[in-house]
Amino acid sequence: MKKLSLFTICLIILIGSWVFLEFVVGGVISVPIPNSVIAMYMGLIVIAILVHISVEDSQFREFLRPIHETLVDDRRRIHRRVLVVLIPLFLLGYTYSIIAQRANPPGSPRDAHPSPPLELTYKDEVIGTMQDVVNPYRHYEKDDPEAFKAHVENGRRVYHQNCFVCHGDHLDGQGHFAPYLQPLPANFQDPGIIPNFQESFFFWRIAKGGPGLPAAGTPWDSAMPIWEDYLTEEEIWDVILFLSEYTGYQPRTFGEAH
Amino acid sequence: MTKISKKRLYLVLGCLLAIYVVLAIAPAFAQDVTEAEYREFPKIGSRNAAWIAAQLHLLFGSFILGVPMFAVIIEFIGWRTKDARYDRMAQEFIKLCMGAFSTTALLGGVLVFILIWCYPKVMSKLSGIFGPTMIFYVVLFFGETFTLYLYSYGWDKMQGRHKGWHLFLGVLLNVWGTAIMFVSNSWLSYQTSPATQHGVLSEMRKKSWMEEQLAADPSLTPETVMEGVTDHSTIPLHNETTGEFMGTVWDAVNNFTWMPINIHRLVGNIAFGGSIVAAYAAFRFLVAKTKEDKAHYDWMGYTGNFIALCGLIPLPFLGYWLGREIYMFNNTMGINMMGSLFSWLFIIQAVMIGVLFIGANYYLWSGMGRIEGAEIYARYRPYMITIIILCVAVWMTPRTLSKISSASELSAMGGANHPHLGLFGLMTAKNTVVNIIILTTFLSFLFYRRSGKTPTVSWGKVGNVAISSIFFFSTVAIVVIGIVGFSVPTDLRVNILTPYQVLIALAVMAVVTIVDIFMYRKATTSGAINWGEMTDRSQYVLILIAITFTSLMGLMGYARSGLREAWHIFGVMQDTSVDAFTPLLSEAVNMVAIIMVAFFALVGFIFWLGLWGEKKKQAAAAPVEAEVAVESDD
Repeated sequence: MKKLSLFTICLIILIGSWVFLEFVVGGVISVPIPNSVIAMYMGLIVIAILVHISVEDSQFREFLRPIHETLVDDRRRIHRRVLVVLIPLFLLGYTYSIIAQRANPPGSPRDAHPSPPLELTYKDEVIGTMQDVVNPYRHYEKDDPEAFKAHVENGRRVYHQNCFVCHGDHLDGQGHFAPYLQPLPANFQDPGIIPNFQESFFFWRIAKGGPGLPAAGTPWDSAMPIWEDYLTEEEIWDVILFLSEYTGYQPRTFGEAH
Repeated sequence: MTKISKKRLYLVLGCLLAIYVVLAIAPAFAQDVTEAEYREFPKIGSRNAAWIAAQLHLLFGSFILGVPMFAVIIEFIGWRTKDARYDRMAQEFIKLCMGAFSTTALLGGVLVFILIWCYPKVMSKLSGIFGPTMIFYVVLFFGETFTLYLYSYGWDKMQGRHKGWHLFLGVLLNVWGTAIMFVSNSWLSYQTSPATQHGVLSEMRKKSWMEEQLAADPSLTPETVMEGVTDHSTIPLHNETTGEFMGTVWDAVNNFTWMPINIHRLVGNIAFGGSIVAAYAAFRFLVAKTKEDKAHYDWMGYTGNFIALCGLIPLPFLGYWLGREIYMFNNTMGINMMGSLFSWLFIIQAVMIGVLFIGANYYLWSGMGRIEGAEIYARYRPYMITIIILCVAVWMTPRTLSKISSASELSAMGGANHPHLGLFGLMTAKNTVVNIIILTTFLSFLFYRRSGKTPTVSWGKVGNVAISSIFFFSTVAIVVIGIVGFSVPTDLRVNILTPYQVLIALAVMAVVTIVDIFMYRKATTSGAINWGEMTDRSQYVLILIAITFTSLMGLMGYARSGLREAWHIFGVMQDTSVDAFTPLLSEAVNMVAIIMVAFFALVGFIFWLGLWGEKKKQAAAAPVEAEVAVESDD
């Protein structure tokens, strides 16, 4: 069997990688990957190929050989003609795919996470700095497990009375209203949500809701109500305890500096 | 029609440019100069003017502080091994430094003038706090200048028995340089984090802080104020009501982010200096006419890249430490940095660091082409490329994809985070792959070091099995720790797991280096290194690495400075100028690109001046040599 040329192997790797990302990872294994991310990965694969073929001169010449032959060798005249048609067609199709009008609304330009204020307030009353405020009932976890359990239970009640319709009964952001909201409600089961923020951050997000989000990073378009208008300070802290207890993720705490 | 000579054309263009500059800055003289809080820099605005001057000053400063660090080490190696090539290279490094030194000082002066003119109130506040350190800075600057002159001009005269003293001058030069950087770092780090920890706070501030707490809430007692306060508690250095500075100069200097920035920059300077030297050598290699020159600049480029790599390897860890301290100082600032306003900058950072590591590995692999007998390692290259590319892919995968996805893609993913790839966006995944990239790069270097050599020790095979096992099990350990990191509290991950990953990577490098040194101590050399036989592509990679370093420093400088948002001094002195807004990332990228081009234009000009002088000297020496040759022929 004829040995494949280096150029062909590289082409197979490139196309194979795209098929793998688009259809295997983005279809069989998981949900579709956005085109921008696929483009980023494909860019990296192209770099990997270029690195591999160009480190050694002999390999570089071997890679270029079929290209050179196709361009100048008379025996490859048919290949050449086919390429002369295919390359512009490919570019045409690609250009069309970019500029064609589609009934597809743009994504949200919002930041990953809103920037919290320096001070935490509840109904305009300062509780403390965002850095230093801790959940006043958290210490019961060690000091008085029964009291802690009662606070978590209260949090569960508050959650199921107010939050689950959007954030879901599994706290995974899949509530009944979720499909109709953009941005989608937070998924607390995601390991990147609860462990990354202090409890003071969650208090702020719950208390101030969508309208309390900062000017920077807009538009937020969050449908979250201003819960400090409906819930007591204790109820908000209790909900935070419940979120943490149910998911098993601990909110961020800080050790010692230096 | 009369022809205009090139010289005349440049003269006319220069005059036109000078007239334009004068006209452009003329409106500045029409401004009210009495008691202004801010003054507008003409045409480009105050912030942009300060930005350009500061970044250029910093880039030059980084170069002239970084180069002497490794120049003195190379000189020492040359002295101990009695290899004159090292001495020549170290001297060449310092010559480059000399050229850049006056430009650094000049840019520093420009920056100070811009700051005093455009931001008088801010400068007044800062000089009020840091006055004594500014005098100290001047003293250090004099020390550095004279030591550099002595070190450079005394190079040839202090050969032989005075070499030890010359090396001492080199060390002294680095002491001055490092001290200068530490002093200036205190000013800018204080602007970011004007607070320090209770444990290192002066008695004066402890007392005034206590008084403030008691005055703010009469129900408190000194004992209740101290409840929950540890040595590591953050204490502001300003009266929280009046904003007046209440600490000592040392309190201000020893602020929260001072030391992490010091160390990060110290190591960064080595990496940056190495990369610029390597780029210079690459340029000289590409234009070299003789085999000797090609060999020399190939070797110089290799050394520069090796130094850059040595600096680059610990940089991600040190950056992580700085980031951690920023989070510790102020959580809001931390969230802005990694999860909000500046988070996309870190994706660009990942791309650029990816370029640095891929480039450095590419150069090492290319370098193996000039060593006879290195072919046996070529078979591992595809695997190593695959590992590095996979790791870079993880590192640059964004956590939140909302900004780069359409609405239909977002709903197909079920939110802004991809359920599986989104995990790559978390720090535990990113820290894991960084460590693997570093270990793979180290492996590339190990192969390079071994190329063309055969160990003669009896335990060679056992040694190889041991080294392979160390690499394998340490990588497994790093990956397992990374996976565990997804499910543990952040405090545990940041303070225990991530440092352990770093320690494992560092331990592997240390242990393997020791084993390898003993294994190859009496190795037979089967192939020589053919210096000068490198591809031109590899030299362009060295230039790319220098450009990437420069851009990276510019972009991360924007992040460090931008984190203050609308504050000159975070939480203390608000920025009420027209430039108080945070510039868009695209604006920052454009600005950094302009600065980068200006930097390379200036560096190119300085290096060209050096070459010009060298050529003149050679041209002057040539007739004398010819005469001598003729006389001897007679």
